[in-house]
Amino acid sequence: MSLTKAERTIIASMWGKVSTQADSIGTEALERLFTSYPQTKTYFPHFDLHPGSAQLRAHGSKVVAAVGDAVKSIDNIAGALSKLSELHAYILRVDPVNFKLLSHCLLVTVAARFPADFTAEAHAAWDKFLSVVSSVLTEKYR
Amino acid sequence: MVLTADEKALVSSLWCKMNVDEAGAEALGRMLVVYPWTQRFFDHFGDLSSASAVMGNAKVKAHGKKVLNSFSDGLKHLDDLKGTFAHLSELHCDKLHVDPENFRLLGNVLVCVMARHLGPEFTPQAQAAYQKVVAGVANALAHKYH
Repeated sequence: MSLTKAERTIIASMWGKVSTQADSIGTEALERLFTSYPQTKTYFPHFDLHPGSAQLRAHGSKVVAAVGDAVKSIDNIAGALSKLSELHAYILRVDPVNFKLLSHCLLVTVAARFPADFTAEAHAAWDKFLSVVSSVLTEKYR
Repeated sequence: MVLTADEKALVSSLWCKMNVDEAGAEALGRMLVVYPWTQRFFDHFGDLSSASAVMGNAKVKAHGKKVLNSFSDGLKHLDDLKGTFAHLSELHCDKLHVDPENFRLLGNVLVCVMARHLGPEFTPQAQAAYQKVVAGVANALAHKYH
């Protein structure tokens, strides 16, 4: 599954808007993840997960920054996220099902903040892009 | 799937703010665009060749409206979704041959549509309540499969 030229254009242009609220989008997506899918909290026993916590904000920033790296290297996402892929495979070992859940929460966050930009085409492009990112992050699992 | 009294109240109050007919058309259309393999059930719908063709297609709109109005009825019976959707479950299995995974896809697209329309009002708590509802409806529709 690879991204078409049209999809890459949509993703890059939306990233322009998303990046202006990157940190709060990351934090909100994580909040949505933990609220809708409480089992995902099992990966963060060492965190203060209260809304607005410093750790949540820091982690949300990290997550969206990584998405940004993938956007900037959209022609070689595997290369851009290689270290992160190893981290998830050997250290974090987050079950692959959770990438779909976080991707969904990122889409919901973006839909709520950019309703006019989140057209059906943008929705499709971003869902596909996040699915590619998820595949890259789990490709070294076994 | 158990919703608290607060969650049920939240679900009702937000649903009142939605135009069910339009949301249904949008949700079904988006599902066909974002997950194009779901078009397999709709060969008879005519032109689905592009996002704009899908979103403008009259049959998609009509069917989306039907689907979401049925979902809307289900919201009145959150304590007995399996009973409420028993007949539709049999229909989707025996006549329509729809993989229940499609109910989950549509449910998540509906959540995105609600977020788009409600914006910040679609809080993490609201989303959590609706994720329970769409999961409950999907399970109810799959319940009679054999």
